[in-house]
Amino acid sequence: MAETTITRDEVAHVAGLAKLAFNDAELDQFTTQLSDILNIFDTLSEVGTDNVDPTYSVTETVNHLRDDVADNWGQKQELLDNAPLAAAGLIKVPAILDGEGE
Amino acid sequence: MTFNYFEHDLASLHNQLVNREITATELTEATIDNIANTDEQLQAFISTNPDEALAQAKLIDEKGNFDNVLTGIPVGLKDNLATKGIQTTGASHILEGFKPIYNATVVEKLSNSGAVSVGKTNMDEFAMGGSTETSYYKKTTNAWDHSKVPGGSSGGSASAVAGGQVPFALGSDTGGSIRQPAAFNGIVGMKPTYGRVSRWGLFAMASSLDQIGPFTRTVKDNATVLSAIAGFDAHDSTASQREVPDFSAKLTGDVKGLKIAVPKEYFGEGIDPKVAKQVKAAIAQLEALGATVDEVSLPHTKYGVAAYYIIMSSEASSNLQRYDGVRYGFRADDVKNLEDLYVKTRSEGFGDEVKRRIMLGTFSLSAGAYDAFFKKAAKIRTLLIEDFNKVFEKYDVIVGPTAPTVAYGLGEEVDDPTAMYLADVLTIPVNLAGLPGLSVNAGFVDGLPVGLQIIGKPFDEETVYQTGYAYEQASHLFDQHPDIAKKY
Repeated sequence: MAETTITRDEVAHVAGLAKLAFNDAELDQFTTQLSDILNIFDTLSEVGTDNVDPTYSVTETVNHLRDDVADNWGQKQELLDNAPLAAAGLIKVPAILDGEGE
Repeated sequence: MTFNYFEHDLASLHNQLVNREITATELTEATIDNIANTDEQLQAFISTNPDEALAQAKLIDEKGNFDNVLTGIPVGLKDNLATKGIQTTGASHILEGFKPIYNATVVEKLSNSGAVSVGKTNMDEFAMGGSTETSYYKKTTNAWDHSKVPGGSSGGSASAVAGGQVPFALGSDTGGSIRQPAAFNGIVGMKPTYGRVSRWGLFAMASSLDQIGPFTRTVKDNATVLSAIAGFDAHDSTASQREVPDFSAKLTGDVKGLKIAVPKEYFGEGIDPKVAKQVKAAIAQLEALGATVDEVSLPHTKYGVAAYYIIMSSEASSNLQRYDGVRYGFRADDVKNLEDLYVKTRSEGFGDEVKRRIMLGTFSLSAGAYDAFFKKAAKIRTLLIEDFNKVFEKYDVIVGPTAPTVAYGLGEEVDDPTAMYLADVLTIPVNLAGLPGLSVNAGFVDGLPVGLQIIGKPFDEETVYQTGYAYEQASHLFDQHPDIAKKY
């Protein structure tokens, strides 16, 4: 398999998906570092895995569920105290569109 | 007044509390003094909570019931374990000031046992790193040499125990974050079987790999603490419903007939020959005690690092989406709209290592890369598990070094992510397979501790502890203390 390469534009695209912003110097640095790491990832292509099932979890049994009963509630004020900005018993955030105020 | 924990194990502390030779309040005060006396050197704690700790100790003394072995005994908690009303940051700027509204299950269990939490220990940001240097807050030092790293990500917990500040601490281990710092600091660190300990209230990094476990100075202490934190929890859908055995049951010192496997890959390229020599001497000691030792092969070991960094970063990139500046912690100023708030908060709130892993994970899960990276890594994970299964058909435990080197200098590797990732080669496969893994001190190279790693079958922590205990009792390395012990 050919070496996986990642371009500066691709790094910028992935940053957008991850809701991160990088300046020019950071983009250069991350492009180099991610390429180095992807080279390590590429070693996996040496291993034949055609008839191998993937493992996504190592739990012994199917995940267990509990009854849908609230057992940790009634702490609205403590939750609001953690919010960077709150008003009228709600968490306050900026508008979705520019220039529409709060 | 300080307290010298190097002279007392947990059973001894318990006896002194039972016999009223010391009160919980005195022990808590002394522990706070220990930290005040040595944290300038160790930098092990992000925050301490003396008021809450002393209030809890006072209640314990008033009640006067010391039936539980941990009642009245102070503990340090890694700062990614939720503590109700007490700042929990994950060593990240993005959670500065965050006070959880509930206790992690392990914190609740320790609290119910009467253990007294005195503070939150330093770590790599969101447990991402192997030296505790990616912490936003401070650089912890190695208890044996303050110019060296303590390992990571649970470096604060390891340094606090090895440096004698507290008798025990909790950490978390996703790819070696308990075992490697335990090795670097010459103490005992256990990553239990996946599912053995509830992850509820542990800040999620990679949910299929994360486990919480104890740091102690002796194997017996470690088994005692694991008994207190293990068990089913309805809040963690992957917590095992198995009975919790007595983890001390096989601490006899006897390993006659125990079948030990030594993977040749664990002594291959990249392993410091001095470390290899020290670990081989420890294995020879186990053989002299009556265990049988054979060389085996775990052929996919060298692919573990790549598979791990794909799986871990993919899960982490998803788990860390929750940090967006809306509900808690840091929020960036001067934003134009909601999208801008997310992007600026995350870009200013996360450090470089966290961003690197979010980027790797986002990339590995993206449409063009999913099959070649994420799915491929999950298949390699299957092969690594099959390697272990095959060996465990014939052997009781697998042993080798915990880390390829001893602790390196502060600042030496932090700017070289690939070097740091490759150093996880010996601990990573254990998480991918969900196995229990213990690190015990196996002696010293150039004055720095070397770790012996003991890996067991799923849910067979007992045999892992049995092996570690036999070696520890034969070697008596816990009698050797770092210079900082003189401060107590």
